Amino acid sequence: MGSDWANWLGPAEWAAVRLSIRVSLWATLASLPPGILAAYALARWTFPGKQLLNAVVHLPLILPPVVTGYLLLVVLGRRGYVGQVLDDWFGIVLSFRWTGAAVAAAVMAFPLMVRAIRLAVEAVDPKIEEAASTLGASKPWVFLTVTLPLILPGVIAGAILAFAKAIGEFGATITFVSNIPGQTQTIPSAIHAFLQVPGGQEAASRLVIIAIVIATAALILSEVIARRVARVVAGT
Amino acid sequence: MTLELSVSHSFADFALEVDVAVPPGVTVLFGPSGSGKTTLINAVAGLLRPDAGRIAADGWVLLDTAARHWLPPHRRRIGYIFQEGRLFPHMTVRQNLLYGRRFAPRDAAPESLDRIVDMLGIGHLLTRRPGALSGGEKQRVAIGRAFLAAPRLILADEPLAALDQARKAEILPYFERLRDEVSVPILYVSHSPAEVARLATTVIALRRGRVVAVGPPAQVLGDADAMDARDIGSVLRARVVAHHDDGLSELSTVAGALLLPRVAAAPGSTTRVRIAAHEVILSRAAPVGLSALNTLRGTITEIRPGHGPGALVVLALGDHQYLTARVTRRAVAALDLEPGQTCHAILKSVAIAPEDVGRGHHPEAIP
Repeated sequence: MGSDWANWLGPAEWAAVRLSIRVSLWATLASLPPGILAAYALARWTFPGKQLLNAVVHLPLILPPVVTGYLLLVVLGRRGYVGQVLDDWFGIVLSFRWTGAAVAAAVMAFPLMVRAIRLAVEAVDPKIEEAASTLGASKPWVFLTVTLPLILPGVIAGAILAFAKAIGEFGATITFVSNIPGQTQTIPSAIHAFLQVPGGQEAASRLVIIAIVIATAALILSEVIARRVARVVAGT
Repeated sequence: MTLELSVSHSFADFALEVDVAVPPGVTVLFGPSGSGKTTLINAVAGLLRPDAGRIAADGWVLLDTAARHWLPPHRRRIGYIFQEGRLFPHMTVRQNLLYGRRFAPRDAAPESLDRIVDMLGIGHLLTRRPGALSGGEKQRVAIGRAFLAAPRLILADEPLAALDQARKAEILPYFERLRDEVSVPILYVSHSPAEVARLATTVIALRRGRVVAVGPPAQVLGDADAMDARDIGSVLRARVVAHHDDGLSELSTVAGALLLPRVAAAPGSTTRVRIAAHEVILSRAAPVGLSALNTLRGTITEIRPGHGPGALVVLALGDHQYLTARVTRRAVAALDLEPGQTCHAILKSVAIAPEDVGRGHHPEAIP
């Protein structure tokens, strides 16, 4: 059975599936801390430039993905403003590497994650946090012991949404890191590539099925987890 | 510990100007809504930064705007009991109760969990979550949580206001026990004369952001300048004599016996009874043939005509206890009432609500 499975997909297709999962996992995990911070800041703080931050966070949702990919190339590419520094000082190169694909996926998924977490933060009654501070908890402790547990359903929902979005990301990825089999060829890029060559339809449709399965599983999982966590958080 | 409380803060529609010393025991901040009570205790808790002021006790300075000193709420070591409980919904009752303990300084001696749990009767709730508790249970847990944080001062913001009469009657005895058995000063916000009579050692009456009276409850509750006419009343000390088979409890006061619906206190214990001034009928002659069970005899010390058709008649009952009756000026004239006369006060026993009967505390504080 296991070998049937392995044989069902060709080596190039397997490589694309593995790479997609790795890229999406890293993109999701790495964007969680800044995602929670941005969501909290947008929900709770007032500071100059708040509207600007809000716009920047949401930009990838509205811009054509190709534009986002191009901007990433300009900023983070090997000769880009930041990319050059990363390369010269730390030897980090993002463009045309799988890490670059993760960055592109993270940027594209970020607004979805922030929106989900922000809604959760807005649902937490600040009076509960006030109560924690009168009991001796400093602000970081209040966040860790009260706010974070209470927004956990939103964080999980946001993370899974971001993961699903990362799996499907195409435009920004292909612009920033191209479509190199085994290195930057994720599932969508592979489907695109297979559809360009004669006889590639069968491989493409297998990957399409996998994409559908992963996306559906992610959505169901997020529902189940979020519902369980919500029960705990609601205090019943 | 005497808390020095001096706060001034401007709002759009009124200004809070308070400069008062809060003595040990239970101090009730009393006043109608909008009088600045909650603002004042939020300033003590550090949840509100007043425009100017100083809040300090025994060299423990919470706020001193002149010295640009402001202690953040989490370093004030104050147990705050909120009106709506504000329990942590994701924690069990036990976790809620112990939340403040981990932040208490090592040299603080927090109350034992078992003792507080026992005192509040919440032992059977420890593994539950707040969502599964009734309103009264939630509030008991909130009270326990505040006391278990090893506070130097307890703040309570109308902790019973969100509860119905039955739940109030359920919780007040626990408050009394804590007041009597745990030696933490309590600053308690209320607009209920019944709670004042029952719990307070000192009352600070606030009106439109200013202190209008400070003193023991018996004095402030009868003060026509500090109280709304309908809230004026008297607080008497009474001793429970016996519980009778017909559901009534017999209490003795300095001016005679009282029969009340079953009082939850053991015979021999002392309690406080509050009698609203408008529930008192005066009679020059000893009343006969009345359905009311309770009459007290006293001497008129003062007659104060009000702004409207009413007048307040104060009777001295002896032992520095006074009973205030609110009658019409017309009745004062018809009965020819004058200071020095002996008079009988008839109380409708139904007028004495259960939460107006409390266990005695610091009787020396009641003049």
